[in-house]
Amino acid sequence: MADPISTSATATAGPAIEVSRLTCGYHAKVVLKDISFTVARGEIFFIIGGSGCGKSTLLRHLVGLNQPTAGNVNFFGQSFTNADTAARRGLLKTFGMLFQSGALWSSLTLRKNVALPLEEYTALSPREIDEIATLKLAQVGLSGFEDYYPAEISGGMKKRAGLARALALDPAIVFFDEPSAGLDPVTSRKLDELILQVRETFGTTIVVVSHELASIFDIADRVIMLDRGEQGIIASGAPRELARTSRDPRVTEFLHRGDLLPQ
Amino acid sequence: MNARVSLTTEGDVMAIALAGTWQVTEPRPSWTGLLGTQSPARVRPRVDEVDKWDSSLLLFLFEVQQWCRSTGAYCEMDALPEKIRTLLGQLVASHETSVPFDRSENFITTVGLATQEVMGKVRAIFHFVGECVLAAQQVVRNPQKFRWRDCLDEMQQCGAMALPIVSLVSLLVGVTLAYTGAMALRQYGGDIYVADLIGLSMVREMGALMTAVVLSGRTGAAFAATLGNMKANEEIDALETLGIPAVQFLVLPRLIALGVMMPLLALYANALGIIGGIIVAYGLLGIPPAAFWVEMLTIVDLSDIASGVIKAIAFGLIVGLSGCLRGLQAERSAAGVGRAATSAVVTSILLIIIADAIFAVVFNALGI
Repeated sequence: MADPISTSATATAGPAIEVSRLTCGYHAKVVLKDISFTVARGEIFFIIGGSGCGKSTLLRHLVGLNQPTAGNVNFFGQSFTNADTAARRGLLKTFGMLFQSGALWSSLTLRKNVALPLEEYTALSPREIDEIATLKLAQVGLSGFEDYYPAEISGGMKKRAGLARALALDPAIVFFDEPSAGLDPVTSRKLDELILQVRETFGTTIVVVSHELASIFDIADRVIMLDRGEQGIIASGAPRELARTSRDPRVTEFLHRGDLLPQ
Repeated sequence: MNARVSLTTEGDVMAIALAGTWQVTEPRPSWTGLLGTQSPARVRPRVDEVDKWDSSLLLFLFEVQQWCRSTGAYCEMDALPEKIRTLLGQLVASHETSVPFDRSENFITTVGLATQEVMGKVRAIFHFVGECVLAAQQVVRNPQKFRWRDCLDEMQQCGAMALPIVSLVSLLVGVTLAYTGAMALRQYGGDIYVADLIGLSMVREMGALMTAVVLSGRTGAAFAATLGNMKANEEIDALETLGIPAVQFLVLPRLIALGVMMPLLALYANALGIIGGIIVAYGLLGIPPAAFWVEMLTIVDLSDIASGVIKAIAFGLIVGLSGCLRGLQAERSAAGVGRAATSAVVTSILLIIIADAIFAVVFNALGI
């Protein structure tokens, strides 16, 4: 089967992600209704909103951990929601995900964690896989920790190792679920710099679920804001622009909280 | 100074002067107790002389307000500071909106929901078994993708590491069976037949059954806890987003490890049980070990050993499937992991007993 990245993904222009009329929920409960948006290639795109508004739910539906009730998610013009098993497996290679807790496999060393996607999807020799894993860990500043187990490193290091694993297959899109959660401001800032660096180096499209204002204003190109009551998107645009021009009190209250907006 | 209240009546207005320190950890006056038989048309609480206050003061004022509402008296709150009035407003609002949520269902609905739940659970078991079969097919087609190292680790964990407990349990089962059998058989002068009893019951039944019960508590629960914890830590989600089926990556190595180690452990348990029987037969009945062995071989043949081994393989798969299924179904919390481990043991023992009964009927029908 042809690799979707080499056929449709890189050959055509157009958005990296296209979400159309997506309805998300668990069992009978609808969390988000009829939402549509697009994410351009190479964009750093934030999904923001208060607790319980459905940010993480939306992310789980985007990456296929939950099946949407209605609507469609396209990656590089190819439907992910309605893809058959083979096409879906091809599309899974186009994105990586950094989970809130890092979600490293606890029984494997950091090197093995990063190596696993490579073992699964490539025909590289064990030595080459090892070299790539070492390189990816070095990119996120974890040289010397390759043979540590997840339980032996700090929370911030787990996130970075998780990022190294998400980058293992050099994906075109990386999803981040609350990357700053549980991190101190300095480590959080370093992770933001790492996200910027990944985008600059590989032109990767970045989708981040967060409510961390510092990160939103520092690195986001564009945001969408979700609201629990509306069960959908109440604002979208560049964060500074939104903070200045939005007349929606829910948006201004959220974006001006803590006076983090640079004057 | 404790919380104090003085009531003064001017015309139809009762002034309620609150004073002192109002703390929820200290006793406070009761409004109805203070009021006695009086029934003012208007009340006017004041807190000018209150030194310190907390929820205690609010509760007293709330009591006053509720009394006014029930008797139709007018409550003048204007003299109270703004923040007390705000808090009191919140207390009233929460009191009015907090309607107890009735979660009870009627009998028919409860039965219906329980039936649906049981059907869902049975469907989940069949679905999971199907997934395991498909994953096994993949492994047969592409054996180099299989995680042999994990499988060997699991074999060590569920096989070699279980030897001490399996040894002890099997030996004691052999001893117990021999004692029980000896008491009955001695009455008829058939002491020697204790060898047949021990040999046949260990090889056909008890070896596999006792090993399965021990492993369901030891290994099945461990599988459920490990997988449940991985689910809580989003490790399973991480596998799914990489397109690696959890069944292939996590379940299959464990299932194969148990499927291989269980019959070996059952054979080992058979041997230990028979040794236990020999010890009792020699010590209690004076039957020499050689005579025990020769007598046992007159009734135990290869088909008996094979039937025990077949059962052991099936029990091993049941323990592995139950442990892994419950682990993957676990809720994402510490309590969920605990429940998954318990449920894995209960499910596997239940299915082992059912399978054992089915085997008994089938073997009997086949004349094995």
